[in-house]
Amino acid sequence: MDFTYTETQDMIRDTLARFLGDTYDFETRQKFINSDSGRDPAIWTALAQELGMLGAPFAEEYGGLGGGALENAIVMEELGKVIGIEPYLPTVVIAGGALKAVGGAQADAMIPEIIAGNAIIAFAYAEPQGRYDLANLRTTARKDGSGYVLSGHKSVVYAAPWATHLLVTARTGGNARDRDGVSLFLIDVNLTGIVRRDYPTVDGNRASEIYFENVAISGDALLGGEGTGLPLIEQIVDEATVAVCAEATGVMQKLHEGTLEYTQQRKQFGVPIAKFQVLQHRMVDMFMEVEQARSMTIMGTLKLELPANERMAAVSAAKAKVARGANFVGQNAIQTHGGIGITQELAIGHYFKRATMIESQFGSHDYHMDRYERIVLAD
Amino acid sequence: MDMEFSPEDLAFQQEVRDFIAENYPAELREKQDEGEEMSKEDFLVWHKILHKKGWIAPAWPVEYGGTGWTPTQRFIWSEETARADCIRLMPFGLAMVGPVIYTFGTPEQKAHFLPRILSGEDWWCQGYSEPGSGSDLASLRTTAIADGDDYIVNGQKTWTTLAQHADWGFFLVRTDKDAKQQEGISFLLIDMKSPGITVRPIITLGGEHEVNEVWLEDVRVPQSQRVYDENKGWTCAKFLLAHERTGIAGVAASKRGIEKVKAIARTEVDGDKPLLANAFFKRKVAELEVDLAALEFTELRSLAGANAGRGPGPESSLLKIKGSEIQQRLTELSLEAVGHYGAPYFRGFGEGDNEHPIGPDYAHRAAPTYFNMRKTTIYGGSNEIQRNIIAKMVLGL
Repeated sequence: MDFTYTETQDMIRDTLARFLGDTYDFETRQKFINSDSGRDPAIWTALAQELGMLGAPFAEEYGGLGGGALENAIVMEELGKVIGIEPYLPTVVIAGGALKAVGGAQADAMIPEIIAGNAIIAFAYAEPQGRYDLANLRTTARKDGSGYVLSGHKSVVYAAPWATHLLVTARTGGNARDRDGVSLFLIDVNLTGIVRRDYPTVDGNRASEIYFENVAISGDALLGGEGTGLPLIEQIVDEATVAVCAEATGVMQKLHEGTLEYTQQRKQFGVPIAKFQVLQHRMVDMFMEVEQARSMTIMGTLKLELPANERMAAVSAAKAKVARGANFVGQNAIQTHGGIGITQELAIGHYFKRATMIESQFGSHDYHMDRYERIVLAD
Repeated sequence: MDMEFSPEDLAFQQEVRDFIAENYPAELREKQDEGEEMSKEDFLVWHKILHKKGWIAPAWPVEYGGTGWTPTQRFIWSEETARADCIRLMPFGLAMVGPVIYTFGTPEQKAHFLPRILSGEDWWCQGYSEPGSGSDLASLRTTAIADGDDYIVNGQKTWTTLAQHADWGFFLVRTDKDAKQQEGISFLLIDMKSPGITVRPIITLGGEHEVNEVWLEDVRVPQSQRVYDENKGWTCAKFLLAHERTGIAGVAASKRGIEKVKAIARTEVDGDKPLLANAFFKRKVAELEVDLAALEFTELRSLAGANAGRGPGPESSLLKIKGSEIQQRLTELSLEAVGHYGAPYFRGFGEGDNEHPIGPDYAHRAAPTYFNMRKTTIYGGSNEIQRNIIAKMVLGL
């Protein structure tokens, strides 16, 4: 048992923090998220080619840094600190995680493209009727010769407007919500019949509604077994969920620090408002939520390797706790700032918006408490 | 970073399990299961077994009688003793004054007191709070006035836990009335059999005699029983409080507590199902487990920091706040779970009392424990004071 980071992990954190400190100040971020494309592609290229950061969780034989989930968590926390919109989560954590799990020729072909910064992969899994149930799918992939024909509607696909590829969940058999019959496909974003409606999200990202209108895809787009994809999808979504917890930790830390700083400058009744005990104790409560989010992220990350039930219980415990904490820290950061907190002017409100979207990403507090109870407190 | 136990750790875990299974006294187990109040001898029997084995003070440096265990082994030890529901060791000597003596004491003090703490020969109590000095501890007014090689001590202490059993007490006393509050305090070791000491019981909400008033009237204390410099007692007090706070997280014991609550809620019936199947009750149990996991990993991170050469710092206040809140929620859930049978007043088993108390065994102490555990957010520096400490020491406010 060991709760310290390795030198390499410290180095990844320091290198990334320095890079983001130089390139990702709030004004610059606001400029590019409000541009037509909504991003600065040079940052992604630099993350890949100057820092090698997109290889953090991949084995050295692919050209990666040889890390895993802990390295993903480090990168996500640093991105959280600058409310970064770089598509590391869907591309590296989720698609990269799926490719690592299936291995073989698909991994050999695609992982180097991810590491080089050439591929951006969006994760098209949510559907309008599905909420957080990964098996509740109406999108179908009908067998057609050696390939498939994809039809359906995917909701709020983050990073899709920037993507080169889509990672898609679809039903190859069974009825809606069956565990059997779910498959995972990695496809080119430009295939005929893919219709996208792109839009900005409230947290500064870009996303799309995606409609598959009888899209012909080849048989080798299938990742893993046909109809047996759900365990793999659950695994990569769990990996993504703790990665989002790590991001939340970074976001929450900045919300807390920003509030500390502001209360020491803002004067009312002739003194900095940080002198008031009622605010001091609230900021202590915020601090404790940040620390516990960090602890739960580590807990969830370390338990990703356990058998599925233990993994899911741990990830749900982590996400439930972090969701509550993000809510508490975000709302209290705004409250403590007062009127200025509800303007677009200060960074604090933008951190709050990202924290709020993280609350329900990959499942709300209630969803994860339900899942935790089904596993741990079964009758 | 990883959570794996090495083969050596697993072997150690087995060794600990075997040792507890073979050596934990059956009579003590029976008394615990029936919810009886523990006597001084009950507390000491397990202490003495551990002392004989050399496992009484895992947290101490080896030179003073520690076990030299790795942090992982210490983690395994606390997990296993809680899992087996071993009686809690009294912290006053082992976790409080012991570390103060080996950190600040003279060679003579170390040689005399430390072995007696380890063996359980001396039972210690803590003379800190006074009627007028609770959260504002540094305002304490008990005085020690130099008289030759001695001090003459006068004053009143209160909330002194189990002083009725104590052989020795460690006291904060004022040795300089004119200095700034914290700077005029000294740390004295006082023989509780000294003439002029009177111990009076305070009965708390659960009906227990756990705490006391201690009156000191012209008590003569040799100056050689002062730890560290005169007027530097506050340094010892702060050190001790930080030490006290880490143990106070009580993670392993709370894990065991949750298992007990679950067992009750599987036995108690709500409609046609066990209480644990009630969605509202189940959610409260689940929330508690999640919060306990957060506390556990926060403590593990803090221990990793301590292992890297940082002592328990002000962040241990977080462990105290969250740990005590969880302990209280546990007792609240137990009381809720037992339903009607929370109400009958349980007097314990008197001499020759053969009648079984009312209600199931697990219900006897539910209400008294709930009442009693309100103390956890008040003692050891109230949770409000802990927030002040974090605000000042961690947040820099």
